[in-house]
Amino acid sequence: MTSFDAIVIGGGHNGLVAAATLAKAGRKVLVLEAASEVGGAARTKDFAPGFRVSSIAHVLTRLHPDVVKTLELEKHGLQIARGDFMPSVALSKDGPPLVLHGAYGEVLTGSTPSEQSVWKELRAQLMRYAGILKPFLSRRPPDLAGMSLAETAALGQTALALKKLGKEDMRDFLRVLLMNVADLLDEQLADIRLKGLLAFDATLGSHLGPRSPTSLLGLYYRLAGETGGAAGAQMLPKGGMGAVVAAIRAAGEKAGVTIRTAAPVAKIIVEKGRAVGVALDSGEVLRARTIVSAINPAATMLDLVGPREIDTGFIRKVKNIRMKGDAAKLHLALDRPPQFSGVDAAGHKGRLVIAPSPDHVERAFNPSKYGEFSPEPVMEITLPSLSDPSLAPSGACVLSAVVQYAPYALKEGWDAGKPKFLKAIMAQLESYAPGIGNSVLHAELLTPADIEANYRMPGGHWHHGELQADQMLMSRPVSGWSGYNTPIDGLFLAGAGSHPGGGVSGAPGLNAARRIIAMKG
Amino acid sequence: MKAWDAIIIGGGHNGLVNACYLQRAGLDVLVVEKNDWVGGAATSRELTPGFLYSNCSYVCSLFRPEIMRDLELPRFGLQVISYEGGAVFTRDGDYLANYRDHDAHRREFARFSKRDAEAYDRYSRDVTRQCRFIQPLLMRTAPDPTSLKPRDLGELLYLGKKFAGLSAEEMALRLRFWTMSISEFLDEYFETDVIKANFALSGIIGTALGPMSPGTAYVLLHHYMGEVDGSVGAWGYARGGMGAVTKALAASFKASGGTIRTGAEVDHVLVGRGKAKGVVLAGGEEIYGKLVVSNADVKRTFLKLVEEKELPDIFLRRVKNFKIRGSSGKVNIALDSLPEFPALPKDSPVYRGDMHFTDSMERMERAYDDWKAGRWSADPFLEMVIPTTLDPTMAPPGKHFMSCFVQYAPPKVNGHDWTDADRDGFAESVVAQIAEYSPGFRDRIVHMEVRTPREIEAEVGLTEGNIFQGELTFDQLLFNRPVPGYAQYRSPVGGLYMCGSSTHPGGGVMGAPGRNAAAEILRDLAKSTSHMSPAHDVI
Amino acid sequence: MNHQPTLKSSKARTAAQSHFRTLRLGTPFQPHIDALAKTQDWYNWAGYRAPHSLWDEELEYFAIRSQAALFDISPMTKYRIEGPDAEAFLDRVTLRDVTKLKPGRVHYTAWCDDEGFVLDDGTLFRLSPTRFRLCSQERHLPWLLDSAIGFNVVIEEETETVAGLALQGPTSFAVLRDAGFAGVEKLKVFDLAEFPHDGGTVTISRTGFTGDLGYELFVPAEKALSLWDRLMTSGELRGIRAIGYTALNRARLEAGLIVANADFTTAEHAIRADRLRMPDEIGLGFMVDLEKGHFNGRRAILGARAKRKLRYVLVGLEIEGNIPAEHAIVYHKKHQEVGLVSAAMWSPMAKRNIAIASLARPYGDTMVEDLWVEIYTMRELQYQKLMKRAKVVARPFIKLDRRTANPPADF
Repeated sequence: MTSFDAIVIGGGHNGLVAAATLAKAGRKVLVLEAASEVGGAARTKDFAPGFRVSSIAHVLTRLHPDVVKTLELEKHGLQIARGDFMPSVALSKDGPPLVLHGAYGEVLTGSTPSEQSVWKELRAQLMRYAGILKPFLSRRPPDLAGMSLAETAALGQTALALKKLGKEDMRDFLRVLLMNVADLLDEQLADIRLKGLLAFDATLGSHLGPRSPTSLLGLYYRLAGETGGAAGAQMLPKGGMGAVVAAIRAAGEKAGVTIRTAAPVAKIIVEKGRAVGVALDSGEVLRARTIVSAINPAATMLDLVGPREIDTGFIRKVKNIRMKGDAAKLHLALDRPPQFSGVDAAGHKGRLVIAPSPDHVERAFNPSKYGEFSPEPVMEITLPSLSDPSLAPSGACVLSAVVQYAPYALKEGWDAGKPKFLKAIMAQLESYAPGIGNSVLHAELLTPADIEANYRMPGGHWHHGELQADQMLMSRPVSGWSGYNTPIDGLFLAGAGSHPGGGVSGAPGLNAARRIIAMKG
Repeated sequence: MKAWDAIIIGGGHNGLVNACYLQRAGLDVLVVEKNDWVGGAATSRELTPGFLYSNCSYVCSLFRPEIMRDLELPRFGLQVISYEGGAVFTRDGDYLANYRDHDAHRREFARFSKRDAEAYDRYSRDVTRQCRFIQPLLMRTAPDPTSLKPRDLGELLYLGKKFAGLSAEEMALRLRFWTMSISEFLDEYFETDVIKANFALSGIIGTALGPMSPGTAYVLLHHYMGEVDGSVGAWGYARGGMGAVTKALAASFKASGGTIRTGAEVDHVLVGRGKAKGVVLAGGEEIYGKLVVSNADVKRTFLKLVEEKELPDIFLRRVKNFKIRGSSGKVNIALDSLPEFPALPKDSPVYRGDMHFTDSMERMERAYDDWKAGRWSADPFLEMVIPTTLDPTMAPPGKHFMSCFVQYAPPKVNGHDWTDADRDGFAESVVAQIAEYSPGFRDRIVHMEVRTPREIEAEVGLTEGNIFQGELTFDQLLFNRPVPGYAQYRSPVGGLYMCGSSTHPGGGVMGAPGRNAAAEILRDLAKSTSHMSPAHDVI
Repeated sequence: MNHQPTLKSSKARTAAQSHFRTLRLGTPFQPHIDALAKTQDWYNWAGYRAPHSLWDEELEYFAIRSQAALFDISPMTKYRIEGPDAEAFLDRVTLRDVTKLKPGRVHYTAWCDDEGFVLDDGTLFRLSPTRFRLCSQERHLPWLLDSAIGFNVVIEEETETVAGLALQGPTSFAVLRDAGFAGVEKLKVFDLAEFPHDGGTVTISRTGFTGDLGYELFVPAEKALSLWDRLMTSGELRGIRAIGYTALNRARLEAGLIVANADFTTAEHAIRADRLRMPDEIGLGFMVDLEKGHFNGRRAILGARAKRKLRYVLVGLEIEGNIPAEHAIVYHKKHQEVGLVSAAMWSPMAKRNIAIASLARPYGDTMVEDLWVEIYTMRELQYQKLMKRAKVVARPFIKLDRRTANPPADF
């Protein structure tokens, strides 16, 4: 039997990035994936005969450049071209849409000249401020207790970057950092379509409304990501998100990573406070010096390690991680491409957003606080088969949408609520793309409850924990343990539940691997 | 022509505190007040015969004891009486009381949940730890993080040191707390909805936020940092109503030689060559002063009292962006007898405290949703007190004055200004709420005064009726309050200062902004501040 | 186990409203204690009306040391911990090895938070293989419930429903025997057994807080008065007396025992970071069992030991002279503050001036020479300041053979 230095639990993109990075550093690494294929929430799957779709994550916005570089993903099949950058289209029921072209609106069309110039300024400011935060993505959160020289220097660089902003800009940065996105937009913009789009993007994937303080951070998080070297750029990967994972997998296998699928882990074996191996559902035991969990932190600590090996306070903190998903995923197999009113052909290949105004997004958010879904949901729609015909039969079309707000703990239960929610979504779609309802061959709606069940993501939360200010940086996954290591020696966390959080970035996996290497694990 | 050493615009509590400190430093100070009485939002007036109304602020805790002492306020009649308890009525005919006695408090919680009853100590410890961290900042000028001046660096160092005394984990917990919602924070301690609602209300009072909004945990702290004679977190009544605070301040001010002119509304600040030279009253009278201090909120001060051309664009932009949305109203009621609450035993001390009817987080948050939508709530959140249960000066024997603080009340109703009909509808939502728990309540009403943001702005001059002179969100706290770059009580106009709640550390009848502003003014004048006590030791 | 909300029905809730009228509850023994309370000298013990003294605090102390003293311990917090995983659960929560605690035995233990800071100390009674009673000064239900996640165990707070008595002193055994508790002579120190009483049972353990021969008795609240009567009747000829806390507190100090939130601050009550204490910092290091499996605070305690991060030490002091040094500051070389006395007295049994103090290491640990205490003694409305030499000495300050003698003697 082969012995391994490190076992990575979970073959999602972060697990694969961590595994590949460790393997490149000379470790013998085994990845254990519960499902029959790797990729986690970044897979491409068949959902209807002849129709394929990116199963959960569908737009690439933040694959970290260090990941691309370290793992040489472009050599392993990842294709990113500037021409693939997709526009964002803010749909409007009663008029033409507003479109952000290029990398998050380098050019804005569909609005007044004055709005265009205000946007240009605001965009530059948002990019500047997001840029200040960007270096934090690829480092472990600052350890406030005992900072190493390198860490202090890194923080010093941030301070320097702040100073470089100039006094007034720095003041504004500090003022708006924890603001709500709606107020900031109201201060500067006039066009409610643009405001609606930005409000939606800021709150996408979180349990916040645009009026919730700190919601602006969500927009910074988005804009701190980059694609093909362009901040804020977004694209639909050819072949779906599974193609990105395939590239990471290829890089890992090249470096010697062994991958076992259909190998769900039942338990992490702890001896004298140290993780020494894992037991599979099958009963098979595998031992290694280092265990890396790229699955949800609560599932790792509570289910795989179990409370008996961990202190009560830590258990409390883990249980307090808020991770109730609020987004659903919709997949439609359409017999023909839909026609969204007023949107041109290029626009249909873009990201079509239904979020008519910040107030609308806020109103959609309100019911989710009480365990109800929004009767007028907001959503981000893509039609990936338009740019990648391999995803649908000829002449047919795939629609993939992230829909908010869909609270994990729906009061009436998702069994009863799901058909109603689907109806509300279809009604909303119908009003923007008349006739779409008649073209549906098959509809698949994944509620947070489905996502939890199908993707082993507790709460159905794609960030493995709310990405809000109090669960970021030093507080992610829990305060006192933000450095990827855990109270169990030899056990590390490498998933989206760790800093910096979710999205197909690979950053948690990369940072964790770097930390493991630094700790000689 | 006489030139005063300092003219204070507005005789609210902060204006008077500021005036007192300046006068005691030897300056010749004039306070000009538009109303025929002083006090701003801390007044008590006889609005119907025999009844004294504290018609805006109604309870006392935050007012800094250092100021009471420095300005000899007890000598001028200030007396604060702790109240005895409080309760949230539940819809099933019960109530959850807060008792002063620690063990009674625990037993009361245990009626609902033994676990929550025993969780209180840890909750209380954690909130107290947060208070200890934040309290010393109240009586200090916020440092400018962009400045390299030794004083600002020194303050930053002080903050840093406060941090350094903590373990890494404690530090992370401190920071985390600041961005949490009170709802999430309470979820980590308690399981019972009504117990959470009982604590959550301190996280929303005076703010345009719901209990589920991030940042409301900090607001809880803002209401927890006060004290009554060393009993931290306690609240009480000023004997004679909240007006007693400002009456004592005015008397102290006059006794030290200060001058107050009431019925003197300022039309604008006289500015010449970028420097404040005095004020012009509504009637056209010009009053000259070497410096001018505005107790009005930052919007009123710079958008109404100072000409735009005197102000740099960036400052003006930031002032315009200052958020000051009103979120609350008041319904003040004179009663011919003590109302009965069948749920509450007749001998309960709760009558002598604050009472509430919102027994769940969801109801509280839904009331906020109504505010966001621009309407008052049919199920409002009330904080109801009957000060006459402890203060015999406010109503004839056997009769009572009741103060109801109401959230939420939007600055505009569905986009239009408040009308009298709106006001009456708002009042009805409050009376109906009380009457549901107190049969016969309507029949006891002798007189009622309803104050929506419209009335509050009209009488007190608080823009949009915001009782804190600006919302207490991160973007408007510490060095961001009121606006970045001008968080040290000075303004772009030379000799024009700010001393109201728009400045650090913010609203509530605290007096700290007025005091801190005085310290900065005296520093600019190179005068001694030895008559100002440093902040008391933290708890 | 899962978080089971402990919500009550609204009817039971409403019935309990009237507690606000009785701020200090009586214990199940209150009618009898009230009848004996000549001094009417009460204090608040966790919301109960408890006597400081009943007739004469000094003589009450001598009742403990010469005859038998009856002290009501009902206000002590009590938890019933029961279930197949009760042993494993307690082993994870507390410092000592619970697997070594056999049914019918009691041990003194403590429990810590993640940082290794002591949450409380207390006594753990193993009533059966799967049933325990944990007694402590403070309340810990949320901590116990959260610690129970993943364990098959039920935790119930039973402070009000279980009444407790401490019967302490040289004749305490004779009193129990004469009261008809057959077989009580078999109880060795830290043994417990159940005995029939009044149609029910009473749990008697040979434990106590006095360093003397003594027992503790737990009964359902409704059997409390009959138990009291039974003991008082049989003890009449053996000089049994009911006593208050002041006397007990003296006895416990002579025995060198510490009291939570008197000699150290429990972690859930510590506002200031420097008030937190690890077991090694309050003399409880002996409880820490590194041989057993994981327990709360293990990692932190090990780390602090390895990195020599222990900051304090709790010591017994013997002080020259006869003036109690209560709350005195301890100095090194008469000028450097190194700690504080938390309890002090002239010991009638040891004829020594004794104290318990918390010192900042290395003082009291490796540096034990040249220690002084500054005593302020009130003499006719004036303080007299005394600087007295203090010596670190072993605890307990007294050791009584009768405490452990088997079989126990009649007096």
